[in-house]
Amino acid sequence: MPQFSKDNLKNNESVPLQRRFAPLFLCGLGLALVTACGRSPEATDGGENNDTRTVTVLGAVTGGQLDDLRAALAPFEEQTGIRIIYEGTDAFTTLLPIRVDSGNAPDVALFPQPGLMTEFIANGQMVPIDDFIEQEQLTQAFPEDWLALATFDDELYGVWLRAAVKSLVWYNPQQFAEQGYTVPTTWDEMIALSDRIVADGGTPWCLGVAAGDATGWVGTDWVEDIMLRTAGPEVYDQWVTNELPFDSPPVERAFTIFGEIARNPEYVPGGGVGALSTPFGDAIQGLFTEPPRCFLHRQGNFISAFIPDGVDVDEQVDIFPLPPIEPQFGTPILVGGDLFGVFNATPEAQALIEYLLTPTPHEIWASLGGFLSPHRQVPPEAYPDELTQRQAEILVNADVLRFDASDLMPSTVGTGTFWSGAVDYIAGSDLNRVLSRIQGSWPDPEEGVY
Amino acid sequence: MTTENLLRVLSAIAAVVLGSGGIVVLFFVANWLVDRLPRNVRPRLLPLVYLAPAVLLLFIYLVVPSLRTFYLSFFDARSRNFVGLANYIFAFTDRGMLIAFRNNILWLVLVTGISVGLGLIIAVLVDRVKYEPLAKALIFLPMAISFVGASVIWRFIYAYNPPDVAQIGLLNAIVVSLGFEPVGWLVNRTVNNLALITIMIWLQTGFAMVLLSAAVKGIPKDVIEAARIDGANELQIFRRITVPMISSTIVVVATTIIVAVLKVFDIVFVMTGGLLDTDVIASRMIREMFNFRHFGRGSAIAVILLLAVVPVMLTNIKRFRQQEATR
Amino acid sequence: MDRLEKALSSAPVHIAVIGIAVLWTIPTAGLLISSFRYREALTQTGWWTVFQEPLNFAQFHLGNYVDVLTSQGMGQAFLNSLVISIPATIIPLFIATLAAYALAWMQFPGRQLLFVSMVALLVVPLQMTLIPVLRTYNLLGLAGTFLGVWLAHAAYGLPLGIYLIRNYIGSLPADLIEAAAVDGASHLKIFTRVVLPLSVPAIASFAVFQFLWVWNDLLVALVYLGGNQNVAPVTLVLRNLVGDRGQDWHLLTAGAFVSMFVPLLVFFALQRYFVRGLLAGSVKG
Repeated sequence: MPQFSKDNLKNNESVPLQRRFAPLFLCGLGLALVTACGRSPEATDGGENNDTRTVTVLGAVTGGQLDDLRAALAPFEEQTGIRIIYEGTDAFTTLLPIRVDSGNAPDVALFPQPGLMTEFIANGQMVPIDDFIEQEQLTQAFPEDWLALATFDDELYGVWLRAAVKSLVWYNPQQFAEQGYTVPTTWDEMIALSDRIVADGGTPWCLGVAAGDATGWVGTDWVEDIMLRTAGPEVYDQWVTNELPFDSPPVERAFTIFGEIARNPEYVPGGGVGALSTPFGDAIQGLFTEPPRCFLHRQGNFISAFIPDGVDVDEQVDIFPLPPIEPQFGTPILVGGDLFGVFNATPEAQALIEYLLTPTPHEIWASLGGFLSPHRQVPPEAYPDELTQRQAEILVNADVLRFDASDLMPSTVGTGTFWSGAVDYIAGSDLNRVLSRIQGSWPDPEEGVY
Repeated sequence: MTTENLLRVLSAIAAVVLGSGGIVVLFFVANWLVDRLPRNVRPRLLPLVYLAPAVLLLFIYLVVPSLRTFYLSFFDARSRNFVGLANYIFAFTDRGMLIAFRNNILWLVLVTGISVGLGLIIAVLVDRVKYEPLAKALIFLPMAISFVGASVIWRFIYAYNPPDVAQIGLLNAIVVSLGFEPVGWLVNRTVNNLALITIMIWLQTGFAMVLLSAAVKGIPKDVIEAARIDGANELQIFRRITVPMISSTIVVVATTIIVAVLKVFDIVFVMTGGLLDTDVIASRMIREMFNFRHFGRGSAIAVILLLAVVPVMLTNIKRFRQQEATR
Repeated sequence: MDRLEKALSSAPVHIAVIGIAVLWTIPTAGLLISSFRYREALTQTGWWTVFQEPLNFAQFHLGNYVDVLTSQGMGQAFLNSLVISIPATIIPLFIATLAAYALAWMQFPGRQLLFVSMVALLVVPLQMTLIPVLRTYNLLGLAGTFLGVWLAHAAYGLPLGIYLIRNYIGSLPADLIEAAAVDGASHLKIFTRVVLPLSVPAIASFAVFQFLWVWNDLLVALVYLGGNQNVAPVTLVLRNLVGDRGQDWHLLTAGAFVSMFVPLLVFFALQRYFVRGLLAGSVKG
């Protein structure tokens, strides 16, 4: 370091700077009468008024959907005078465990999938719904299948809000009419149609897998749908619990059938690379370009939110259920869904759950569109358009209903190796290696990972 | 403005004043108290007044949780059963972890090397142009963009469309216009790590530039003038004078960037989700911890991160010893 | 002739500086242009295609910005962000400068070790600290308070602050400080009269980094303060504008620029403090 003489440094240059700088540090000094230990009035959790009864809710619903959720919950606030303090964040899966583990749990949480609940239940951190709700009330509200999905160790922990129907194929009826294509009713017909589209110079399948740190779920949904159709619901259930290992022939077959579509550059724009590079929400746009980039898109009902503005939904959008493969298993429907679970069964939280069991909130959100409810008492007329009504019918009339397997598997697999395995497979990795890697990551039940 | 809003603004101002002023008051009170003490105890207590707030905060917010992390790293997923070194064995044998280690080395070398190197070059060159503030502001700009915004824009750089469709990604548009096939920048295993590293370099160069530029300007003009008169060319001045004179800042900047690289996970999460062999150690840690809820493995990886920085810290000790010896 | 030669010899410098600056700005420029484009256009054509017909203003609109700025609670969110960021910058600034001074110029045992341990804490992932700290906050009643967030941000920012500022303060010439000490100045006097004014560049740079980090933070505020409208910062409100399926990310382009505005203001305001080297200036002067 250079040596400076102190005279140089002590010259006038530093004086004005010092004067300029001093206020920055001392700004607060004169004004601060007490130290900063006061609780800011803004910061209390909204419970500023002791007369208002409140219930805190943490959920993953944000954006436009949050307005719909608020509308669905508005009658509850009006009728009971209880204020719902809703906190919505896309970091839900990170934030909720932090809050719960540090003793700061919300009264009620709106889970995007039931799998997340299992661990809190195992730790005794959640309150069963049937502790304070009559069984009859529950069976009146939700079908047996759905209640079973929210039941752990014979106790019900969740009240459903939103259902997702995943086994749908979206297409553009205008394009189909123009090309003379017909809706396939079996898997073989669907593949024959795909080949015909290829022969006509088109690309049959829109496929987008990219979803940031959730990349992979589109692939696992496909594999699950095919599993249900090739191996049937019983084997599917064994697969979910790893009674049927990942490296077994049924799983291998499901992956292979998926690969015949996803890894085929003639079937998917850009082949595997294209599928992995396309954000899942952008893929459906291919149906509406001129000429269409693709003709078929297998995706859940929620993808309707991604249909570009300017598309005539009545004329240009239609769906059919993903067709059966093995006739004896029919047309099973793969579902997902959001559900409420209770951490603190305060009277206010109980009142909220009571309200959620009535058809009212479900009907309100249904009327706003882009929403399906598993609630029994929501009539088809509650949905605003024909397309949603058809989705509701598919949901209600399903021969077999199964929940998204990756949501039910331990998260190390369900949001980890199964996702990454599906992606590796699409990218061209060897199937046997992919499957044995997934199987190898299945946690030891002794370890206490659910 | 309604009364409610006015109240909000007022309480906000009060909060800012109290929060910022409170700590200053605390210091001056403590300093005043120590000054009242007898002369012989004062020198021993005075460092305490200066250091106590920092030590206290660091202890509560960082040291205690780190000790807890260390402890948890010997337990299972739910922190219930002692598992010995199992989590560390996992961390050093799992295929995904080994890939993460490999990637992290690549990140460390490229991000640190290029960000510091470029930052230094810019810092020296920008000193000689009139539009310096503008040029610096533009290079600094990426730091001000929130991470969410940055992820959106890099999607528009790396986006891939099949060859027959218009490209919306800048890089592929260039590649295609040159007559090549478009590349899946985030999918292709030979380039996806470099694509992520580029984003980090873009973010960190501004940081390096700001600090290095301040240091370059700290070099006395007469030293450089003297060298020029002695016939040194610009490159010689750069190598013999500039770099040695700001070497301590270079070490500081490099250390900070190394640490930032070790901790980076959001770029990986948002762009590729860590798939297709793009995971780094920190992204694995966050995933084990929060997605898989395996506290044992997450903690073990965190401890490894902490240990990884030890050699860097040793370099720093040496550096600061030198600084104190020569000042 | 001499002037031409000078211009020629400095040409590479201009090319390099302008080249890097332009290269660095391209992504941001793309974001800026995208933020004025329609949602559909964003996903169908590249942002640079606007230059094919630069005078066609129909391809631009302010809708994304209108949506972002008029969304519920945006004004409150700006206020919250300022209330969080300003103390969360000043508190660690002050504490770090004090500590850096002690570590550089006071004699006490274990000084080097203390300093290095403090800097080593840079690498602690703050995610590992959330649960234990929040637990303590619940006991102390600090959860959901601004004070809780300020202190947390202060602690997380301290290692970098102490490191940067100590490096700078440590490089000040020893005879300057010794001279002041010989004149009978107390540490407080040396600190406030000599060291502080000379360390403005380092302090200002750290202020910028800390402010940027706090302003753009999402997680710390979410965990310690909560996400309800009364306290949510801009980042959180922007993030939540986008639906839970992530379909509205055209809003993110505009949102990114809205949230950039304040940090850039801070950068420009403080830039004058760290572009001028004080030591160099004083030697020359």
